[in-house]
Amino acid sequence: MTTVEVTEAAIEEATEVGLELGAELERLRAEVAHWRAKYDAAKKRNALFVNSSDEVAPLYTALDIPSDDDSATEVPGEYPYTRGIHPTGYRGKLWTMRQFAGFGTALQTNARYKFLLSQGQTGLSVAFDFPTLMGYDSDHPRSEGEVGKCGVAISSLADMETLFEGIPLDKVSTSMTINGPAVILFAFYVAAAEKQGVDIKELRGTIQNDILKEYMAQHAWVYPIEPALRLIVDNFAWSAEHVPAWNTISISGYHIREAGATAAQELAFTLADGFTYVERGIERGLDVDEFAPRLSFFWDIHNDFFEEIAKLRAARRIWARHMRDRFGAKDPRSLVMRFHSQTAGVTLTAQQPMNNIVRVAYQAMAAVLGGTQSLHTNSMDETLALPTEHAVQVALRTQQVLAYETGVPNVIDPLGGSYYIESLTDKLEAEAEDLFAQIAEVGGVVMGLETGWLQRKIAESSARQQWEIEQHRRTIVGVNEFVSDEEGLTIPLLKVGAEAEAEQRVRMAKLRAERDSVLVQKSLDTLRDAARTDTNLMPYILNCARAYCTLYEIRAAMEDVFGAYREPVFF
Amino acid sequence: MRPIRVLVAKPGLDGHDRGAKVVAAALRDAGMEVIYTGLHQTPEMIATAAVQEDVDVVGLSILSGAHMTLIPRVLQLLKDQGRDDVLITGGGIIPKEDMDALELQGTGRLFGPGTPTSELIEYIRAWFVEHEQQTA
Repeated sequence: MTTVEVTEAAIEEATEVGLELGAELERLRAEVAHWRAKYDAAKKRNALFVNSSDEVAPLYTALDIPSDDDSATEVPGEYPYTRGIHPTGYRGKLWTMRQFAGFGTALQTNARYKFLLSQGQTGLSVAFDFPTLMGYDSDHPRSEGEVGKCGVAISSLADMETLFEGIPLDKVSTSMTINGPAVILFAFYVAAAEKQGVDIKELRGTIQNDILKEYMAQHAWVYPIEPALRLIVDNFAWSAEHVPAWNTISISGYHIREAGATAAQELAFTLADGFTYVERGIERGLDVDEFAPRLSFFWDIHNDFFEEIAKLRAARRIWARHMRDRFGAKDPRSLVMRFHSQTAGVTLTAQQPMNNIVRVAYQAMAAVLGGTQSLHTNSMDETLALPTEHAVQVALRTQQVLAYETGVPNVIDPLGGSYYIESLTDKLEAEAEDLFAQIAEVGGVVMGLETGWLQRKIAESSARQQWEIEQHRRTIVGVNEFVSDEEGLTIPLLKVGAEAEAEQRVRMAKLRAERDSVLVQKSLDTLRDAARTDTNLMPYILNCARAYCTLYEIRAAMEDVFGAYREPVFF
Repeated sequence: MRPIRVLVAKPGLDGHDRGAKVVAAALRDAGMEVIYTGLHQTPEMIATAAVQEDVDVVGLSILSGAHMTLIPRVLQLLKDQGRDDVLITGGGIIPKEDMDALELQGTGRLFGPGTPTSELIEYIRAWFVEHEQQTA
């Protein structure tokens, strides 16, 4: 504890400053009252002045910043990191431009990755098809008609090897959007790196692995909640030791928002998921500073420009405070929220699809003003199909224009100190705290999911937004206003045919015929037995991957023990 | 007039249920009797539910690109059970040419993104009135 010598002169000076400030505030109050009278008397447009959930004021001033607010003394790279996690902002390193991509077979997607890397993209992001997301092989009956349609089909280590053929895994960072069977796909990736002769300690990237938001919003689940959480913590522990630079989870608000949540709900539900993972890690006996530095986040960047920026600032501040004060984290790397952002798919319109380029550009700018570490910009055609190469190129160029032409990345947190932004940041923080209290009241995130409380909250917001659009209370350009006569498409679309499915069936048959079936069976049996105990399952899953067990075989071996998740159905 | 019975269904592995839930709620609010299947349904599960629940309309929501496999199968299964009087409608991410092809195979109208729910409600009501007159 330091003592400060309080001199009479210092008191006098402070009093003078206080008096001056007081006088200034009085003057401001008078000015604002004067303005308010004029504002109230004037005619306004007949429109709702709202963000995703609330009305906003017409003007923000110093009066909207509470007197105990600390934001004036915050700097980037220091707790509570509201203004950013790096002292250098984007001057040290620009955000990673990371376009989510995948379709058809591993071979087709490998070609798309090589194209994207040749165009200056700086990281890869794998989109898997629905069978893979759900843990089904391409030749499983439930996969029929879906193989390669919404992403790339990966059913075994052999497919993963093809996906990254000619792309050295120690040189590129890879993000994989996979959740229900995340640990299995991650094992394929690690095994593929081993096959390339790469030291797996060098692997950089992220698996999404956020199962709580799957139950909440995205719905690509496999196992019931408790065993699914166990697999996530198994992966935290294993990765901390073996792949220390790998992000073991990407705690995602994206899908929660896309399913209909407001910005405040996205913020609160996602952070609540994050806290739940931290609690589970600590309950397992892990030191919080051992695994927390590898937790990362993923946000949706929606239309309301300032609200989205404030959301990202609030998210960093809330995470840092809870990690330090509630979970006792000491390592600064445990306190900083690193995150990926994607522009909001749900805001894209099928009508007049070229307009989407403009929407995406504004959203991308909000993400960067909010300090994102990496960014995916949606392509103009994504409400209609997977993007064409041309559409993806425009989306990537949108980021490059932002990075190199606009000057936006030159200054760190350039909106910090804006009365509106600071007030909105505080407000979202307070709303998130209020929602944390409500979640605690329903028994926490897991209970909130089992009873459907969280899902209902999201569905209510979604229904309200639809009603507002249909009532013309919210304007969507080209959809409910400024509708153009020339309906239908003016842009070319990517077609993914049935060839991928046929090719995958041939590949799978070949794999099943050629692999060591005794080793396959033995690896699966060993995994199943291990699943009945408390042991960390990662090494067993990895052994199955190395033996060319398929995705569904590995899924099924654990399902024998864990069972399957059953959705609470309601609308 | 008796209430219209609708089964809102999510075929395939696609987990996007925002649209299906919005539509189910809108049809219910419009006075229809709505049953929602939940996610990840096979065509067999949907056809069975449609017959058991004796619905007038099946609304399929697909955003996964698997519509050319899954929708014809639901059509066929209902036909096999002698229930080709049921209206198969729906929507999602379905290109216009695929919508046209499916309508030729016997589905009703399919709707794309941005369609107001009032348009679906009107369409189903109009179909129902005509259908009742034909079967009366």
